[in-house]
Amino acid sequence: MSRIAQRFADLKRDGRGALVTYLQAYDPDPATSLAILRGLPGAGADVIEIGVPFTDPMADGPSIQRAALRALKAGATLSRVLAMVRDFRREDAATPVVLMGYYNPILAYGVQRFCTDAAGSGVDGLIIVDLPPEEADEVEPHAKAESLDLIRLVAPTTDEARLPRVLGATSGFVYYVSIAGITGTKSATSASLEQAIPRIRRHTQLPVCIGFGIRTPQQAAEAARLGDGAVVGTALVDTLAASLDEDGRARPETVRQVLDQVRGLAEAIRAA
Amino acid sequence: MQDVTKIVPPNSFRQGPDGRGRFGQFGGRFVAETLMPLILEVEKAYEAAKRDPQFDAEWRRLLTHYVGRPSPLWHAERMTEHLRKGAAPGKGAKVYFKRDELNHTGAHKINAVLGQILLARRMGKTRIIAETGAGQHGVATATACALFDLPCTVFMGATDVERQQPNVFRMKLLGAEVRPVTSGAATLKDAMNEALRYWVANVEDTYYCIGTVAGPHPYPAMVRDFQSVIGTEARAQMQEAEGRLPDALVAAIGGGSNAMGLFYPFLDDPEVQMIGVEAAGRGLHTEEHAASLEKGRPGVLHGNRMYLLQDADGQVQEAHSISAGLDYPGVGPEHSWLHELGRVEYVGATDDEALAAFQLCSKLEGIIPALEPAHALAEVIRRAPQMDREQILLMNLCGRGDKDIFTVARHLGVEM
Repeated sequence: MSRIAQRFADLKRDGRGALVTYLQAYDPDPATSLAILRGLPGAGADVIEIGVPFTDPMADGPSIQRAALRALKAGATLSRVLAMVRDFRREDAATPVVLMGYYNPILAYGVQRFCTDAAGSGVDGLIIVDLPPEEADEVEPHAKAESLDLIRLVAPTTDEARLPRVLGATSGFVYYVSIAGITGTKSATSASLEQAIPRIRRHTQLPVCIGFGIRTPQQAAEAARLGDGAVVGTALVDTLAASLDEDGRARPETVRQVLDQVRGLAEAIRAA
Repeated sequence: MQDVTKIVPPNSFRQGPDGRGRFGQFGGRFVAETLMPLILEVEKAYEAAKRDPQFDAEWRRLLTHYVGRPSPLWHAERMTEHLRKGAAPGKGAKVYFKRDELNHTGAHKINAVLGQILLARRMGKTRIIAETGAGQHGVATATACALFDLPCTVFMGATDVERQQPNVFRMKLLGAEVRPVTSGAATLKDAMNEALRYWVANVEDTYYCIGTVAGPHPYPAMVRDFQSVIGTEARAQMQEAEGRLPDALVAAIGGGSNAMGLFYPFLDDPEVQMIGVEAAGRGLHTEEHAASLEKGRPGVLHGNRMYLLQDADGQVQEAHSISAGLDYPGVGPEHSWLHELGRVEYVGATDDEALAAFQLCSKLEGIIPALEPAHALAEVIRRAPQMDREQILLMNLCGRGDKDIFTVARHLGVEM
């Protein structure tokens, strides 16, 4: 069983949803980024999403755009992100790691070589934002050969006719983009989630995680209750950004502040 | 035995794109899931519109009575004579301009904008967004939105807002909202990112009017189809003027819409040579240019696979050109494909060469060209003297230079 399937099976037994945390690799520097990554499981993150920096993150709002620029300035590349995952894996064999990013850096790396190296580094799944099912045949066979899950985004705009196709190409878990919009801008209402999640469940047995616009412990708890997990990204990136000094460098309290926020989110989900 | 590494030319160069929106390996629909259903809706609506004679009739009515088409084919006699002076005996091709700078709004952009706005209306969309570099596409979109009483938001890089002030003011006069984009280098690429982000958040009521032959399928094919009116007219006009087809076509390339519009109707005429001119900025040996085909490699950005200026790690690089309209790190998928097939030759012209051509055209022909076609003209200046006197060279004069006089004055050290 893959780490992702194992983790969701364990959580189901425990009767709670997952906390999925997103941070951009190398933001604001490799050492701080790795320290946060290593601290995440202890702080209560059940699944870790690592953003792969890209110059043109078209689905991301201003916070994550700025995080990507900080990360690129700090020297982030796809191979260095994989090296960071290897470092993380030396101490943690159980927490699933999902890379989230855009297609071009993977193309530049070479799709097949990337899948081999990602799996070898301890990556469990991929979210490639600008690779819809219509274009995924370039990646699917290589990801499958390396047992990497291809996690698909489902959006409020994904209609009934399209849903089976999108979900049929998904493995690991389903990422429900709860708003029509970019990251970190608006939040979905409970009513819209209560309608959307059963609609998806009619077509899939996979766990459904809810993301985009989840900022507070209350929102995370609700999403984890309605779905099988809550993805929190921009709120953590904002905390990290607010902790930096005026030159954009990490302060001694940066790592602790981010992990404290993760603890608050985890507690709310466990209490729900 | 057949060499499998060699690309076999297709039976026709006019058959793309395929059902997946691909021209060879280029094109496609690389967008986030949120946009995908809408992209499919645009494709479906465009396919239906294409088959509707009323849609075509309405578009052509606007082209005739609002835009002023057909645009003239102009035999640039003084330019021809000037270039013959420096040429060897018997050399110096006859130079023609396809005068799309005479269109209402001053460039070719309006051709595809009107088609797209009619499509948006068919789709029941009530808001229009657009990206713009030089401001020509923004002005054209704002114009069509004024005509059809549609609210219009134009995304424009803050750098471009600075260097294209006349067009910014024009768009505002026409009732559009201009949103300066400050991310990245604050030019056309970033404006397109921001337009796509806005679209994702407003998919219900908004149509994104893309200005060039790039973006997710069906945009590259759709914008090409509308712009092909340029080449179709030029073909008939050249037959009438000379009784034959031109020997060479020259057009500037940023995203590539004016070039695709001129080239497409001639693609299956092997006797017609085609040259696309990219912005070589401060020179192809420097990092400051916008020559995606000559200096880039295939990559994915803005919803399609195309030649892209990028570093070894797949991060997109900033383009540079004196011309805001060519300042884009990618180039449309059909151009990428024609480049690989060798059907079209792609070359570069520098900022300085374009500036020189800009001034020469103004003095010799009494036509102030936009900086974008001034790049094409720089290639005409190089190429015509090498061609025989009997040969015909046709250049797409796709925009007028009123918007550029401040930029040019600054480069020439003139206080205005």
